[in-house]
Amino acid sequence: MSVPHVLLALLAEGPKYGLQLREEFEAGTGEVWPLNVGQVYRTLGRLERDGLAESDGTGPDGPQKRFRITPRGEEALAAWLRTPPDLTSPPRDELVMKVLVAARVPGTDAHEVIQAHRVYLVELMQQWTRLKEGEARNDLGLALVVDAELFRLDAVTRWLDVADTRLKRAAAEPSRPAPAAAPAPQLRRLGARR
Amino acid sequence: MSVLELRGVAKTYGQEPATVHALGGVDLSVQAGEMLAVMGPSGSGKSTLLTIAGSLEDPTSGEVLICGMALAGMPRGRKARLRRRVIGYVFQDFNLLPGLTAVENVALPLELDGVAVPKARAAGLAALARLGVADRAGRFPDQLSGGERQRVAIARAVVGDRRLLLADEPSGALDSVNADEVMRLLHEACQRGVAAVVVTHDAQLAAWADRVVFLRDGRLTGRTTRPPGPESLLTPGEVR
Repeated sequence: MSVPHVLLALLAEGPKYGLQLREEFEAGTGEVWPLNVGQVYRTLGRLERDGLAESDGTGPDGPQKRFRITPRGEEALAAWLRTPPDLTSPPRDELVMKVLVAARVPGTDAHEVIQAHRVYLVELMQQWTRLKEGEARNDLGLALVVDAELFRLDAVTRWLDVADTRLKRAAAEPSRPAPAAAPAPQLRRLGARR
Repeated sequence: MSVLELRGVAKTYGQEPATVHALGGVDLSVQAGEMLAVMGPSGSGKSTLLTIAGSLEDPTSGEVLICGMALAGMPRGRKARLRRRVIGYVFQDFNLLPGLTAVENVALPLELDGVAVPKARAAGLAALARLGVADRAGRFPDQLSGGERQRVAIARAVVGDRRLLLADEPSGALDSVNADEVMRLLHEACQRGVAAVVVTHDAQLAAWADRVVFLRDGRLTGRTTRPPGPESLLTPGEVR
């Protein structure tokens, strides 16, 4: 997540003090992502240095100093909002690695491994759902964060379901010889960036 | 006392050698006020489990008890009465009768059970009001949105004094926000003391339940333990 851009978004509403920015940041994200006050002032310092924000005073950073966004900051914010995050290469997901490894280790029941992770994920989703049921009902920021987390975890459980089915089918089929051809170059590059 | 209890319930279809084992020795129980989700892929035996729990089908072996009463050997008429009075069903495709209004659909199970029409309609209206669709009472199913139809279906499932709610993929083809609303309403019914069993392949729906059990090839392969409260989610490390 880009803290500088979220701070710029808060400053786009009007001039604000550092502590106020921290409170509004946390409230706006349902207090799921806490922010250290030192981090707020360090980030504001960088925004000032880069001409994206400016402050009232010239003194040291502190509660008396009020910040506002500059026209360049507004441009940077607009550009950031419309720039998709880099999702081109798959992350090296630890869970994917565990399932891939489980399928190869002799004597390991990959379905049992998958099931252990599925139970954990659903328990985690139960916790997020309790939050959705309670506090998030009257907190739009929190509701959006909870939805995002539930969809992320849901995607992982769906992948586990597919992996489970594929492994089951593969075990039922007669073994096939490994393909002789090398993988296509573009596939070999997958994940190279992370 | 458990509202629903399955003891070693097994179900096979067909004759040897083409026998299909749909369920193999399932044990589970659901208490009043509790929502249990049964999660599993297509063909795992979820729907068979639900039809057996709802007394719509008999197990090949094992026992089913509803409110402590064993279904095996129960006379047909008594079983049908139990089904009408104690069990409510919520189906994926709502199953509302198109020729009846919302309130008539909801009151129907009571009327079939011999409750006088005005009393049944009043109970139907009260159930619709609890689900926030009392103002749709006079409308026919095709005059309702998908979300409203499912609320009416839930009202029909809980009308009267039902103690057990059985739901098969209850959010059907609803979008996520409406699906959430359906689960919230089922959960609220549980908070009023109803026991519910929801079968689904969808982890987001299952996550509404107090407990989740996992079914694979007709057998339970795991269950969640009661997770810690949501507070623990709110204190992760700082963001960068």
